[in-house]
Amino acid sequence: MYKNIRKDDASRAVIVHAVLLSYTLLALYPVFLIVINAFKTRKGIFSDPMGLPGPKTFSLEGFTKVLAKSDFEVYFFNSISVTVITIGIVLLLAAMAAWAISEYEFPGNTVLALYLAIGIMVPIRLGSVSILGLIVDLGLVNTLTALVLVYVAQGLPLAIFILTEFMHQIPKDLKEAARCDGVGEFTIFFAIILPLIRPAVATVAVFTMIPIWNDLWFPLILAPGDGKQTITLGVQQFIGQYVTDWNAVLASLTLAIIPILILYLIFSRQLIRGLTSGAVK
Amino acid sequence: MADLKLDQIRKSYGAVDVLHGVDLDVKDGEFVVFVGPSGCGKSTLLRIIAGLEDITGGDLMIDGDIVNTKSPRDRGIAMVFQSYALYPHMSVYKNMAFGLKLAKTNKAELDERVRNAAKILQLDALLDRRPAELSGGQRQRVAIGRAIVRQPKVFLFDEPLSNLDAALRVQTRIEIAKLHQKLKSTIIYVTHDQIEAMTLADKIVVLNAGNVEQVGSPMELYHHPKTRFVAGFIGSPAMNFTRVTITAVEPGRVTVQTPGGKSAVLPFEVTTDHIGTEVELGIRPEHMGLDRAGELGVDGEVEVVEKLGDSVYLYVRLANGDRVTLRAPGHCRIKIGEAVSARADAAAAHLFDRNGQAFAKLDCPEEYSAME
Repeated sequence: MYKNIRKDDASRAVIVHAVLLSYTLLALYPVFLIVINAFKTRKGIFSDPMGLPGPKTFSLEGFTKVLAKSDFEVYFFNSISVTVITIGIVLLLAAMAAWAISEYEFPGNTVLALYLAIGIMVPIRLGSVSILGLIVDLGLVNTLTALVLVYVAQGLPLAIFILTEFMHQIPKDLKEAARCDGVGEFTIFFAIILPLIRPAVATVAVFTMIPIWNDLWFPLILAPGDGKQTITLGVQQFIGQYVTDWNAVLASLTLAIIPILILYLIFSRQLIRGLTSGAVK
Repeated sequence: MADLKLDQIRKSYGAVDVLHGVDLDVKDGEFVVFVGPSGCGKSTLLRIIAGLEDITGGDLMIDGDIVNTKSPRDRGIAMVFQSYALYPHMSVYKNMAFGLKLAKTNKAELDERVRNAAKILQLDALLDRRPAELSGGQRQRVAIGRAIVRQPKVFLFDEPLSNLDAALRVQTRIEIAKLHQKLKSTIIYVTHDQIEAMTLADKIVVLNAGNVEQVGSPMELYHHPKTRFVAGFIGSPAMNFTRVTITAVEPGRVTVQTPGGKSAVLPFEVTTDHIGTEVELGIRPEHMGLDRAGELGVDGEVEVVEKLGDSVYLYVRLANGDRVTLRAPGHCRIKIGEAVSARADAAAAHLFDRNGQAFAKLDCPEEYSAME
């Protein structure tokens, strides 16, 4: 009897893991292809696109081209500053909004929460034309500020939604204990609530960062000018109408993975559960 | 340290009234316990004093100042929660120091206060631990420590022992009693456990459905309950009640007819207009005995026997269907199903009118009226 149950469990685990593994392969294989081909000669890429770089095909010409002949470091810097600044603003504003919605009772509380949630359902790109108009009126075309503003608007709804849910889970006693302890509302928020929802903040940071890093659309329409391109846009210069410099494209994409990977590793270390254990019984 | 005054405090949530005008005076250094069944409003009342709930009507005064609209931090209170509510990301030391640090207390004084509190509560060795690494009793001590370092005017305890196991509860109860003797501070303590109330309080406030039923010392409530509710709530096991009819009234004496058809004369001051009415007679289990003499008696069959070692509780079913609990000595060998006959002094009786108000008792012997 027991044996059967365990067997069932084992076979279920095998199936689950098979599904997960195959999805992982599916998701990672294109990335893998990009990385291996970045280290090949142009000939190597075209003759054997699936093969690993060998002694004959190995070459770093893509990287030298990217690093030497383009303003790669500028694109890099632009992407990183836009992403990091946006994450900072989104986390701060979203956490404060979520705290207000979850903690304080005021007229229109629910309506406001719903209104903010609508942003999750409506893709921001639908408003591209009016956003462009607005940015032109503000005189922010070809600035990173324009990108940051748009990305903050794009990231806030989901961030507020997730953080509100997490803040609801913080025991009420904890906030009231702090109030009795003479702690002001701002300090309660920054010194008690924020440290406790660190896992949620890290989740939100990851969710916010990836679409921004990968975005081509808004950099293309809002800041395509010289010196303001982000990395996804910078790569485009190697993609021509007639000839595409695959070595350079693949090399810059490979390089573009690195910073986002580092950021991800930083945040994912915060994704630990059970941080509130010990607060209340 | 300060005194506290509640003047006609009312609280409503929308159309639902939770507290209907509570009056109370708490003197400096007094240990006051709010006790009552679930939903009687005792926790709400405490939260109002703490400033965590708004007051719908009435005035709350701490040290003579009306603090109705003051925030908790400006009231000079410290509260200990049932769930401890420690900051999970801070060490024990930081948990206790946090409030003071924000109040910009100077470092040396802060350190001294925290270490002093830790010493009183025997937390010295645990100062670097996180709450998650502590046992329930230790967490509760940290929560109390966090209150002590603030040196508040009034300590508020919200069922602080409910999450502890039975042995630890008794131990912590004694710790709290010692703490009160040491600090001589004003303490307001909420509990649903009448034993905690009896053992800790200088003054017990019995609440029922948003009203104060009675305020008094533990022994006053035990011997002279003003209402049937208080009589039934204070004391364990609960007081026995039975319906009797008043047949005759003389000054200081009343004759009642028990359900068994017997008559008994009781020392109560009852007005003549009560003749013929049904009233309730109450006697505590510990005031009834199998080998006692007395004017009041019941006969019945034992349904359940609870052996506690030093004493035995017998749950007896009477001929009319009423159930009576009585206490017998520990060596009692009575078995389930046996017929017993118990007696009690008339002076041990309590008599309540239809509205649950007690009649005044006269000629009370020491055994049934001992006060501190």
